[in-house]
Amino acid sequence: MTMDDNKLTFEKITADLTHHIRINKGFVIWMGFLTVSLLACLFAYSLQLRTGLGVAGIRDYVTWGLYLSNFVFFVAASLIGMLVSAVLGLIGMKWITPITRIAETIAVAFAAVAGLVIVSDMGRPERLAYVFIYGRPQSPILWDVTVIVTYFVLSLMLLYLPLIADMAIIHNSKVAIPSWLRSIYKRFSLNFTDSPEQNRIINRSIRVLLILLVPAALSIHTVTSWLFAVTSRAGWDSSIFGPYFVSGAFVAGSAAVIIAMFFFRKNYKLENYLTDLHFNNMGKVLATVSLVYLYFNINEYLVPGYKLKRADAVHLQELLAGRDALLFWMVQIGGLVIPILFLLFRRFRKPVPVLVISIAVLIAAWFKRYLIVIPTQEHPFLPIQHVPQNFVHYSPTLIESMITIAPFILVLIIITLISKFFPVIPLHETAVEKGAEHIRFE
Amino acid sequence: MEENNTTNFSNEDEKSKGSTRRNFLKNLGLAGVGVATGAAALYSGHIFEAKKEATGESKVLLTQDGKLVSVDSLEIKSHIKTGEELRESQGREGIPGRRWVMVTDLSHCRNARKCINACQDAHQLRPEQYHMNTLQMQDAPNTAPYNMPKNCQHCDNPPCVAVCPVDATFKRPDGIVLIENDRCIGCRFCMAACPYSARIFNWIEPKDAASHQGQDYNVELNVPQKLGTISKCLFSADRLREGKLPYCVEACPNGVYYFGDENEDAVTNGTTKETVRLSKLLRDNGGYQLMPELGTRPRVYYLPPKNRLFPFEEAKDATPEKV
Repeated sequence: MTMDDNKLTFEKITADLTHHIRINKGFVIWMGFLTVSLLACLFAYSLQLRTGLGVAGIRDYVTWGLYLSNFVFFVAASLIGMLVSAVLGLIGMKWITPITRIAETIAVAFAAVAGLVIVSDMGRPERLAYVFIYGRPQSPILWDVTVIVTYFVLSLMLLYLPLIADMAIIHNSKVAIPSWLRSIYKRFSLNFTDSPEQNRIINRSIRVLLILLVPAALSIHTVTSWLFAVTSRAGWDSSIFGPYFVSGAFVAGSAAVIIAMFFFRKNYKLENYLTDLHFNNMGKVLATVSLVYLYFNINEYLVPGYKLKRADAVHLQELLAGRDALLFWMVQIGGLVIPILFLLFRRFRKPVPVLVISIAVLIAAWFKRYLIVIPTQEHPFLPIQHVPQNFVHYSPTLIESMITIAPFILVLIIITLISKFFPVIPLHETAVEKGAEHIRFE
Repeated sequence: MEENNTTNFSNEDEKSKGSTRRNFLKNLGLAGVGVATGAAALYSGHIFEAKKEATGESKVLLTQDGKLVSVDSLEIKSHIKTGEELRESQGREGIPGRRWVMVTDLSHCRNARKCINACQDAHQLRPEQYHMNTLQMQDAPNTAPYNMPKNCQHCDNPPCVAVCPVDATFKRPDGIVLIENDRCIGCRFCMAACPYSARIFNWIEPKDAASHQGQDYNVELNVPQKLGTISKCLFSADRLREGKLPYCVEACPNGVYYFGDENEDAVTNGTTKETVRLSKLLRDNGGYQLMPELGTRPRVYYLPPKNRLFPFEEAKDATPEKV
């Protein structure tokens, strides 16, 4: 680190971490762009609502297409909240403080939108309530609904609790923020006065939430993997799908956090808080989880590949040397092996290189879900015969692609709003850690 | 208990903490009592309203265990269900005492596809929608190719039923796996779970949807088909209720299908109408099931394609148009 942390005063920290909280031109243009794009995608969805799922490329054999692989991706990305805050936090990593809120924001946004993604895959979305009215506990879909809601609520609370102190500090300070926002801060800071008792309650609650978050997060992605693993199809019939999905989720999530860190550091001028150290450490985290994921990938392909049972042989042939081979190797080599090799070197864990690597990893992570979900369905146990050509090979339609993009726009909107109207970096915690002499409450 | 503990606290801090908790619990209790009282009041009001509407005319009736009771005439409801309600409850209960079973003799199939046409007509299906499809199979490079009609196997351990989140697809005591398309949410988990690719989905508006508008839904025939829901072979449950053979079985010109009741150990050939012992038929001809290793326990049996009546020909029928 380049500067002497102890010289940061409370006023300086407050000013640094809150100066972006205002409505400026860039924000309006960006939100306008997102809103217009979202409306275009919603129009595509309205077509699907009116005429049925037939507007998408999915048909009787490949019945789960982009929507479902997108759902898996969204659940995966949301898991990072658990890795950063709970796992790294509970084992006492101090450097994560400025990243925790970014990770939680990503977790909340992706978890919230994952629920909507799955609704877009329903043939009868107006019957969504039936899942609660007639729900059968035997069905993994019920488990998925339960754990995703639980994880979302826990993540939302984990985002909110550390914000109480921050909102109290800001609404009591002279920082210029919109008055409507100040009144929101006042209401939701619950008369926080930084008393030892209040801090004790908040810290204990956060600790309890962090502990609860671990099983909840493991559950959401394990159960999501079971949507596939409980079937007997080649490529899905695997007993390691749970940990395979969870480790893959950490890869996608770590990459998403690094990208967000880079963006906030540059646009919100947070160079003193999100330092090279944080990028270096997150680069190490990404390398570690990628190695674990590589290990599961080797297990997942090598073991069936050695035996070559009939259905597995067809599946692997298509994946490794057939129709999906190009995509498969780009994802495995370009999105996993090469990033790991680069991340081993310190110079590639500097902000810009690690950003580039993370973008590649995140894109590969999306296509990886595609490769897990779709090819398996293109070769079922019995041959596909006497059906139109578009039933045999899946190709997504334009409308389907737009409906797939919509959730990304929604996630960006949620992240933008949270990061724009609240400090991206925990203010109170940073002030305490940096030893700012007195946190002021007037 | 709570009361005693808090009064015994000597420490000022703990005392105040205890009393906050006590207050909280008290408030919670009050809120609970309030909700319960409100609900009780609403409920009794509802009962009272209902009573007020009674006619006062009472009828004397004989109960099943032979007692005479008097009941307000408004309270009397017919015990006999009719129309869609009847069909729905029957559809879930199945046909008592039966265990339906199908035997497909592969040595007789020459891919005439009459079964497919009869099935698609009965169930209002498009040309590319198959409850029953004839597949051209070849098990190994040196073994002879053969035609294999394939429908829902009506498994006794159905993977599709297990994964359905809303009980829209269900297993009946008579062995049939049915779908209630009024209930189906269109998640297609059952399609993913089925190893036999037996299930189809209404991706677009079903065939002739406009002309079937307003038709009562028949769960045992699964018509009218509904957009955004699943469909599949039903063993023609509607025909079985009338004591008839399934549409496909009846339509086959080549004696491929036997259909019957496992409890009676008897199956009837749809073409010759000859009834034979199920156990003997399977024993004498080496009957087998599709992919028994998956543990699905199918109710459809196959007889191997030996001593074939017809030479194997590549299917010439046109592939249905793109949908």
